[in-house]
Amino acid sequence: MNYRKLGIFMGKKTIKLVFLLIVVCIASFWIVEQSPIDPVRAYIGEMSIQPEQKAKLEEYWGVNTPAHEKFLNWAENILKGDLGTSLIYRMPVTDVVKERFAASLLLMASSWLLSGVLGFILGIVAGMTNGTLIDKAIKVYCYILLAAPTFWLALIFLLIFAVNLGWFPVGLSVPIGVASEDVTFFDRIHHLILPTITLSLLGVASIAMFTREKLIEVMSSDYVLFAKARGEKGFDLVKRHGIRNVALPAITLQFLGFSELFGGAVLVEQVFSYPGIGQAAVAAGLRSDVPLLLAIVIVSAVFVYSGNLIADIIYEFVDPRIKQQEMKT
Amino acid sequence: MSTTVVTVNRGLFNGFNLRQKTILLISCLSMLLISIVVSSTFIDDSALSTDFGSKNLAPSLEHPFGTDWMGRDMFIRTLGGLGLSIVIGALASSISTVLSVILGLLSSIGKIEDSIVSWLVDLFLSIPHLLLIILISIGLGGGATGVIIAVALTHWTSLTRVVRAEIKQIKTQEYIHISRNFGRSRWWIAKNHILPHLVPQFVLGTIVMFPHAILHEASVTFLGFGLSPHQPAIGIILSESMKYLSAGYWWLAFFPGLSLLIVILAFDLIGENIGKILDPKRAHE
Repeated sequence: MNYRKLGIFMGKKTIKLVFLLIVVCIASFWIVEQSPIDPVRAYIGEMSIQPEQKAKLEEYWGVNTPAHEKFLNWAENILKGDLGTSLIYRMPVTDVVKERFAASLLLMASSWLLSGVLGFILGIVAGMTNGTLIDKAIKVYCYILLAAPTFWLALIFLLIFAVNLGWFPVGLSVPIGVASEDVTFFDRIHHLILPTITLSLLGVASIAMFTREKLIEVMSSDYVLFAKARGEKGFDLVKRHGIRNVALPAITLQFLGFSELFGGAVLVEQVFSYPGIGQAAVAAGLRSDVPLLLAIVIVSAVFVYSGNLIADIIYEFVDPRIKQQEMKT
Repeated sequence: MSTTVVTVNRGLFNGFNLRQKTILLISCLSMLLISIVVSSTFIDDSALSTDFGSKNLAPSLEHPFGTDWMGRDMFIRTLGGLGLSIVIGALASSISTVLSVILGLLSSIGKIEDSIVSWLVDLFLSIPHLLLIILISIGLGGGATGVIIAVALTHWTSLTRVVRAEIKQIKTQEYIHISRNFGRSRWWIAKNHILPHLVPQFVLGTIVMFPHAILHEASVTFLGFGLSPHQPAIGIILSESMKYLSAGYWWLAFFPGLSLLIVILAFDLIGENIGKILDPKRAHE
């Protein structure tokens, strides 16, 4: 691989990321600043307080400082690595985000893998049996999955597997009433299974449909016709010529789906009360915890960007066809 | 191709050709959706009044979707919620379409405009969609208007991309060059030569956008943003039903969600079939 080219590529991408983050920071700060919701009211809730105390709080939160000054303060602190204090968790935003994101990452990564593998297999099967009943069944299944609201699926799963069958716990990432040292690895897995399956369902549909289309396209190409003429057939043919050609675009697509994965995680975490970053985002939004919300927006932007970056790298450097073209020139 | 004709003419409607069948399917589905919207406007408050004598009833002939903990009929609540969702979806996707028409045409004017538009698309796609909707709706002060505007402001990206690609292709056509040589301004060309070609894309784009907008609206309301708890929105019905799941009242969650799924599927099917009719390459299959 051409390391110099990779270096330049990464450099460009890093500059782009920095620029993007600056714009995202400014834009999201501006949006939140437009909000007519009073932060002091949001902080104290329905309690009634004296006007003097309110004035004190207003000064503490900087309600009356001009927007650009507030932004500069905030930006300066971010550069120092301080994202402020969360209003609802009463601890530094960095700690909240770290803890929550780790939990979410576990959930997202496992369902990402599951949906990728399952979707790819389904897509290959559907593409191989193009036009038959199996293909149609897979297609209908995918259509329904794509149309189904994620949170509704989560509710139905909860209803069937947790409430009626009692196979899985109803929520949370660890059992209630158990000290954190006593939580076994098995407990965590047990709490993770249902959210993971729910979250992976959405991804399965899109990756399966894509793989199916791609495989049908590849199988009607000239080189497959030639391979057939040489006497290759059945699964060997698909394995040698189909899967190899389809795998890379499918993996790329899977990396491009980070944004939807995050959105799905928000909904799934809410239903299963899984203490991840999505749940924190909803809580921050509902209770006007501006520092936490902005931090989550930034983290999610980096998350989505890294997915796109990996997809770009696959396009640019891993695809053997592109490497071959380079050698020619 | 005689075999395809044979398969087409089998089945229930064997008097029609595929094109007629497609139109029939589209009109049936549209009738379903329109009747949902129309009947949801005729729901009077008495039908939703609380009746503790008949609370938490399982589905029966009298209450096909069961009743909730206040004795309200879930079928009527679901119908109202679907109507509301469709109306919000229509509003949001038409605003989004107008935005993508403007941005698409803007990108056809020149290089700088084009890079601004594509940069804007990238910016909007850089944050997870759901989070962006939450952020914007907070910025607008929440409430129903906040959610509608937030949903409307975030769905234009994919259609704008399609329109941009289409415009790039049209611009290489000879008649555009000739018109340019005749001294027409870029804006005049955009309006008179490019826009008419894009009308099918816009029609299709709006319909394809519909299910996304409805799903996002339902998701955001489910999370607790936007509409007040008194509105019969699907998202609110479902988030309420969460409290009663462990009590075994499965119908509170099952039927409203299923109806939403059917509405979404109907829109998907309409979009796909209209696409078939509008696409000249596939129209005479």
